[in-house]
Amino acid sequence: MLLGPSLGLSAILFSLGVAGVLLRRNAIVVFMCIELMLNAVNLTFVALAQLYGASGYIMVFFVMTVAAAEAAVGLAIILAMFRHRQSVDLQNINLLRG
Amino acid sequence: MSFSHWVWLAVALPLGGFLVNGALALRRPDAKGLVSLVGPGVLLGAFGVSVGVFRELLGNPPHEPLIVPIWPWLSVGQLSVDLAFQVDQLSAVMLLVVTGVGSLIHLFSVGYMREDPGYARYFSYLNLFIVFMLVLVLGSSFPVMFIGWEGVGLCSYLLIGFWFSDKANADAGKKAFIMNRIGDFGFLVAMYFIWRAFGTLNFTDVMARAPLTLAPGGVIVTAITLFLFLGCTGKSAQIPLYTWLPDAMAGPTPVSALIHAATMVTAGVYLVARTNVLFAMAPLSSTVVAGIGALTALFAATIGLRQYDIKRVLAYSTVSQLGYMFLGVGTGAYAAGVFHLVTHAFFKALLFLGSGSVIHAMHHAFHSTHSHDDAQDMRNMGGLRRHLPWTFGLMMLATLAITGMPPLSGFYSKDEILAAAFARGGDTPIFYLFYAMGVAAALLTAFYMARLMALTFLGENRTGEQERGLLHEAPWIMTGPLVVLGVLSLVGGALNLPHFVGGNAAMERWLEPVMEPGMRLNHLVMPEGSTDLLLGGVAVAIGVLGLVLGFRATLGRPTLPARQAPADTGLALVLNRKYYVDELYDGLFVRPVEWISRMVLWKGVDQTIVDGVAVNGAARVSRGLGWLGGRLQSGQVGVYVVVFLVGALWVLRAVLR
Amino acid sequence: MIAALFWFFAAAAVLSASLCILQRNPVSAALWLVSTMFSLAAIYVLLDAQFIAAIQVLVYAGAVMVLFLFVIMLLNLDHATSDIRGPSTIAATVVIAGLLAGELFALWSYTPHRLAVELAQAGSAGDVSALFAAGAIARQEAQAKGVVGAVAAPLFQAYLVPFEITSILLLVAIIGAVVLAKRKV
Repeated sequence: MLLGPSLGLSAILFSLGVAGVLLRRNAIVVFMCIELMLNAVNLTFVALAQLYGASGYIMVFFVMTVAAAEAAVGLAIILAMFRHRQSVDLQNINLLRG
Repeated sequence: MSFSHWVWLAVALPLGGFLVNGALALRRPDAKGLVSLVGPGVLLGAFGVSVGVFRELLGNPPHEPLIVPIWPWLSVGQLSVDLAFQVDQLSAVMLLVVTGVGSLIHLFSVGYMREDPGYARYFSYLNLFIVFMLVLVLGSSFPVMFIGWEGVGLCSYLLIGFWFSDKANADAGKKAFIMNRIGDFGFLVAMYFIWRAFGTLNFTDVMARAPLTLAPGGVIVTAITLFLFLGCTGKSAQIPLYTWLPDAMAGPTPVSALIHAATMVTAGVYLVARTNVLFAMAPLSSTVVAGIGALTALFAATIGLRQYDIKRVLAYSTVSQLGYMFLGVGTGAYAAGVFHLVTHAFFKALLFLGSGSVIHAMHHAFHSTHSHDDAQDMRNMGGLRRHLPWTFGLMMLATLAITGMPPLSGFYSKDEILAAAFARGGDTPIFYLFYAMGVAAALLTAFYMARLMALTFLGENRTGEQERGLLHEAPWIMTGPLVVLGVLSLVGGALNLPHFVGGNAAMERWLEPVMEPGMRLNHLVMPEGSTDLLLGGVAVAIGVLGLVLGFRATLGRPTLPARQAPADTGLALVLNRKYYVDELYDGLFVRPVEWISRMVLWKGVDQTIVDGVAVNGAARVSRGLGWLGGRLQSGQVGVYVVVFLVGALWVLRAVLR
Repeated sequence: MIAALFWFFAAAAVLSASLCILQRNPVSAALWLVSTMFSLAAIYVLLDAQFIAAIQVLVYAGAVMVLFLFVIMLLNLDHATSDIRGPSTIAATVVIAGLLAGELFALWSYTPHRLAVELAQAGSAGDVSALFAAGAIARQEAQAKGVVGAVAAPLFQAYLVPFEITSILLLVAIIGAVVLAKRKV
């Protein structure tokens, strides 16, 4: 049974994703790290599906679908952002201040 | 229900007078006719009630005081104080004096204040004063008495500063109130101690429990009585809190007569008489009372020798006579002190009102010729007996009374006090000193009164050519009360004729149920027979000597009008400047307090601490916190993510535990 | 055998993920992410989730990442300068990610045996063996209906409503993306 090690791997990948989100300034790379986090969560679900049945696979299914939708919309936002500022550097995007 | 239950009416009537006159003062200040009716009218009504109460008590003298409850006032924890009046022999006497002399002075004021624009306001204040004075003498417990105590202080302030547009008058009012306040502090501390010692503040309960609960001569009872006496020195103008009374002459003369001669200043004597048991149980305090009384009597008499303002002389005379009263009650002769209180009310009120009559005439004269000379300076008077014969005659009568000439009332009361002091010297030798001081003060009293009469009424007139023809006697509304007071000064001695002239000490026996608990603890043995006669003779001789010396000294050398008179020098200057006591107080107390107020309290506390630290500091802290909070909202996504993750970590930790 | 394969692919996944977050060039980062996804797909196969593995490659690596690459190339980003944040942020990152990893590692110890023991001690209502029986039933179904059928059956029966809602979600996403990315004419 690979449950334990799978969960551990998921933990590592998730933390790496978090690190990436914190470290990078490029919006698209940050987005990719978020996708990495989602993948780690998917791994957890699949690992636990061995114990708890098909609902694990169903969750993974839905996560992937939503991730795809989210990727599309998010990238569209980044495009719009780029057109406005000619840059996707997160340092420069601070109009939410105050 | 006995008539005494209506005693509250004596308070309610002047209170109604205050409200009506006050309303008139605010709405229709020129309704002088109505005010003249209401003002003295309510007083005469109150006097009628007092007479009724007295007659009822006369027919059936009670052994226990009658308590007339008005309103349940305080009920806090174990302390229960009712607003109630106490009717007994002592309060009946005070009631008669206050309402009787008060009525006469109200009638006098109708004439005296006739042209004053503040007529209605004057009568409203005067009525209010009577209300508070009656509460003071009728109160059945310390707090109720204190209401009256404070109230008369307030009315004193209002009336002294009646013509407040002149700053000096307002300052005099403030001085009186503030010095009274210092005394009030003593009263309050004493009240606290009494509450702690006895658990009650009613007079009857305190006097009953005192001999049982406290050790005679012990620390507690001495402390209580000394603090009470501090209140008395403030209210009754004894050393060290007497300096307000001469300044209080800035008020209208009838006010000086009523408040600063007959009634308010006697509140201290009344207090000691009322709490006679406590003072009898504390021989040290009684000695202090008598000593300060004697010292004040002598001290004030010396100052009076060299004053030129007629009212000032009378003011210092009042301080001196109050000293006599305290000498009396300090010795343990409570009835004698009260007796002198009554007779002093008669002749001092007469003297003040008489001087009011003189000032009224002088003022008229100077006003008509637009002269700026001082209407109250005796150096501008002289020979007025030709112009104001009635005033002269009655004031002469009062002078003889105050110097203790028999058969006028002053002789009996003063003699009894001096006899008591002499008798007390038997077991407490220091009282012989007090007796000597009292005799010396009597000599000086006669001297300065003779000087006053000589400067004002005898000799040649110094008022001025034009004014002389305008001097005239006061109208009957003013001279009438003078006559009544003159009669009382003459026959007032009958109230308490001593044994050696064949009398039966009526007042003393009348007041016995009230004074007896204290007197029992005192064991004062009054002199009898030949000693009594001898002491009386000494008093008369001293009085005659003083009068003769006074007249001869004053009339012997020529006096110049005030603006031509040379300045005083040497001892005369010191006396005229009242031993510079006011300057001493100013330097010792007033300036340091002002300095502390300005430097420490204003600059230090208010500006630095309250403004700087508390108010501005709070603002700065808020701004700082706001700045910190603002940094969180930087608009940087990175920062938001960090905060978000930190929060998520925390939640996770909580869940995993 | 399976264990060895698992460890190999696990290492590959970790390595790819680390390189992904550290690469300066966004295209390189995207490609390393694709590599991570492939490793994960392999691990899914090892975990008996063949259908999910297929979907991972088809949808995630095949569609989503391609989309990412499209956008990166469209924007023509300059990768000369590094876009990794400053030292203070690195320190904070190490701390936070480290703590997070630590906390999540607590999950490693949840072997089925421990789960069973905890459930027995908690005295939960449900049969212990019945809980893990769900997994056994799933495996049986996988053998009975085939790999796809084992996932499709619950999807179209028990989870039909969420399925339909997801389709609406996708529609909304498409419209949103089109509107947002449109050039303002």
